[in-house]
Amino acid sequence: MASEVQSEGGGLVFQPMDQFVVKPLFGDGSIQWYTVTNVTLWMALAVVAIVVILVLGTARRAMVPSRSQSIGELAYGFIYKMVEDVAGKDAVGYFPYIMTLFMFIVCANFLGLIPMSFTTTSHIAVTAVMAMAVFLSVTLLGFVKNGMSFLSLFWISSAPLALRPILALIEVISYFVRPVSHSIRLAGNMMAGHAVIKVFAAFAGVAVIAPLSVLAITAIYALEILVSFIQAYVFAILTCVYLKDALHPHH
Amino acid sequence: MATKTSTATDAATPGMPQLDFSTFGNQIFWLVVTLVVIYLILSRVALPRIAAVLAERSGTISNDVAAAEDLKAKAIAAEEAYNQALTDARAEAAKIVAMTKADMKAELDAAIAKADAEISQKAAESEKVINDIRASALESVEEVAKSTALALVSALGGKEDTDAVDVAVSTEIKG
Repeated sequence: MASEVQSEGGGLVFQPMDQFVVKPLFGDGSIQWYTVTNVTLWMALAVVAIVVILVLGTARRAMVPSRSQSIGELAYGFIYKMVEDVAGKDAVGYFPYIMTLFMFIVCANFLGLIPMSFTTTSHIAVTAVMAMAVFLSVTLLGFVKNGMSFLSLFWISSAPLALRPILALIEVISYFVRPVSHSIRLAGNMMAGHAVIKVFAAFAGVAVIAPLSVLAITAIYALEILVSFIQAYVFAILTCVYLKDALHPHH
Repeated sequence: MATKTSTATDAATPGMPQLDFSTFGNQIFWLVVTLVVIYLILSRVALPRIAAVLAERSGTISNDVAAAEDLKAKAIAAEEAYNQALTDARAEAAKIVAMTKADMKAELDAAIAKADAEISQKAAESEKVINDIRASALESVEEVAKSTALALVSALGGKEDTDAVDVAVSTEIKG
């Protein structure tokens, strides 16, 4: 935001990370946990977008759906089928939670593609909370549903007995790495794309490179649209996979 | 604006606002609020509504498909009934034709028999007439012969002996 003003002023100023700065929406004070910031604004806009897509779009409950209703039904069917196929039929009770995560991520990602906007999902704080929530609830669920036999997830009985302790160690490590990869994957993807676009935007300040730069921004923007959806999809499907492990820990 | 924000990010690494831990509490708080709001909206309003719409639609579609199958079965039954009626009508027609033929044949036979009877009667009558004519013709021949013989006898200078001539002629004719 600020970088454009400066790069017009003269010379090339790269401040690709400025767009990720959390700042108060009103005034200029310090940021407390309750402060209304640009995070608040763009998360609220994500809520508005979800309401528009899933509530207002389907308000007519038409037998033959309108375009907006089709989008809502498509999103519903897409995630519902994913939960059913990946996590199993007994996991459809958790469908609202996965739908919540997916809709929030996909809306936040796409809102972040609006120029001058703030991408909430590019922050590790946001994605880490979601990933930890998934990790903790899935682990708890595993123990509640299966008791101690949930630990058989780490004890691969189809492997030779001598290998099992080593495999168990690897399984445990990979299990605890899950929330890290889960959160950094999303935040990293969102941050990298936006930062690259910003770098190319700074290059546009030089008249000679500007056409190339605009072309590059267009191409990366198209890629980012793809990434926005795919990352939301990946987050949701991995959540389903973890959920499946919790419900059916036996390989 | 860059200077303003840099004061906030100075505490952590200035390069990445993502690692500025002073904003974590704020982000996490608003994220939790957002997710709870979204969850409530989805689970209370949006998802039940969409599920109801989808269920209603699939119900309507399966009903329509069932109705269509019903109608198809009815159409097939109607076609069968039509074919049956057609076959029946054909059989009926064939029966009527056969009956008519038999009737006509009987009438014809009766007519022919009657005609035959009439013809034989006529033939018998004709034969009788012919026989009569033949008989009368024979009689005439005898008479002519007798008179001719009598005339011949008288012309030859004989005595006109009628009885003798008659007998002679009769014998000659019969012989």
